[in-house]
Amino acid sequence: MNIVVIDYGAGNTKSVQFACNRLGFDPVLSKDSQVIQDADKVIFPGVGQASNAMDMLIESGLDAVIPSLKQPVLGICLGMQLLCNSTEEGNAKGLGVFDVSVKRFSNNVKVPQMGWNSIFNLESDLFEGIKNEAYMYLVHSYYAEVCEHTIAQTNYDLNYSSALKKDNFYGVQFHPEKSSTEGAQILRNFLKL
Amino acid sequence: MLTKRIIPCLDIKNGRTVKGVNFVNLIDAGDPVVLAKQYAEKGADELVFLDISATLEGRKTTLEMVLKVAEQVNIPFTVGGGISSVEDVDLLLKSGADKVSINSSAINRPELIDELSNKFGSQCVVVAIDAKQINGQWIVHLAGGSIPTELDLFDWAKEVEMRGAGEILFTSMDHDGTKDGFANEALARLSTALNIPIIASGGAGTIQHFVDTFQKGKSDAALAASVFHFGEIEIKELKENLKKNNIKVRL
Repeated sequence: MNIVVIDYGAGNTKSVQFACNRLGFDPVLSKDSQVIQDADKVIFPGVGQASNAMDMLIESGLDAVIPSLKQPVLGICLGMQLLCNSTEEGNAKGLGVFDVSVKRFSNNVKVPQMGWNSIFNLESDLFEGIKNEAYMYLVHSYYAEVCEHTIAQTNYDLNYSSALKKDNFYGVQFHPEKSSTEGAQILRNFLKL
Repeated sequence: MLTKRIIPCLDIKNGRTVKGVNFVNLIDAGDPVVLAKQYAEKGADELVFLDISATLEGRKTTLEMVLKVAEQVNIPFTVGGGISSVEDVDLLLKSGADKVSINSSAINRPELIDELSNKFGSQCVVVAIDAKQINGQWIVHLAGGSIPTELDLFDWAKEVEMRGAGEILFTSMDHDGTKDGFANEALARLSTALNIPIIASGGAGTIQHFVDTFQKGKSDAALAASVFHFGEIEIKELKENLKKNNIKVRL
């Protein structure tokens, strides 16, 4: 299977790659539109600041390529947030796949949320074999609201979308590559789609 | 609900694990990659690697070690020690580290915190602060706790937050190595004054010390080394006890 991890300069791509390796897959890193379009599965990671990351996508022309992909795509963390309409972080416009906006946590809680929190109301084959309230590792200051695309929720400050799905696009706010055996199972489920 | 984190810390010198008792008398406690894997399996929530290598060669070995850890370990980890530039951080993150921890270099040049959080995001910038009480005031110390600065712990912590740190790792020099409990008063004050997570470090000796640092010290995470390395406290048993005390943990 041909797995491509999008490499646009804003992501902990190594960890995602290694997590796939541990599952017996050998993904390639690429920012080449053709390579990405020809992949069986595309993983869209992201760590860092949203408007900077969006600028890098625009610079490489990937802002047009990603939303038009037809194969299963998994956005992780900032990758998921960039697939949304817009984000309050640097007032960036997103890729508009998920019809939801991304907001900052209020100061009622510590920001960033950093650590292991549970996911519930799981509604997708992405979560096959995953128990309700399983713990995932999350590090983020911004969240996607609960919406029609929500397939998992987490509570911090409020209930928000810790996973989204629309057609062939999946997004997870948590880091499956860093979430122990349960995270690995979710990654495996995605790669089996 | 977000859980409290248990973080074993591995001091690394030339690719091997060591632990200082009061920052001197190093004792070897094994291969970092093997230890890291074991800790991940035993339920550690995160790991911290502190590189105390003094030489360039030693630091290169650490970079190789980071890559090996990233390959084999499926929980997040932070690398600290001797990091003083954006380039240092770039190399570590590219080798698979999730976060970096800076200490003396942030005191020497506070703008480094801004540069790192702007470039890589606050989520991967941990600022470590070593402090001890001098005449009733918590004073920040440099170079593994040997050189006092002019900085007050609480002022410096606030500045660090304003500059974009995502987390603070606070080590009490008065408590480190004593196994007499964490500096819960100072920790609670930090946790209340700041809006970023605080990791408690220095003083872990018993399970009750962890209960206390979460309840009295309001810490978001607790870090320890020797009690874990020498099997004095098992992480699973620790977490079960925390749960009994109504502290949210990942079990």
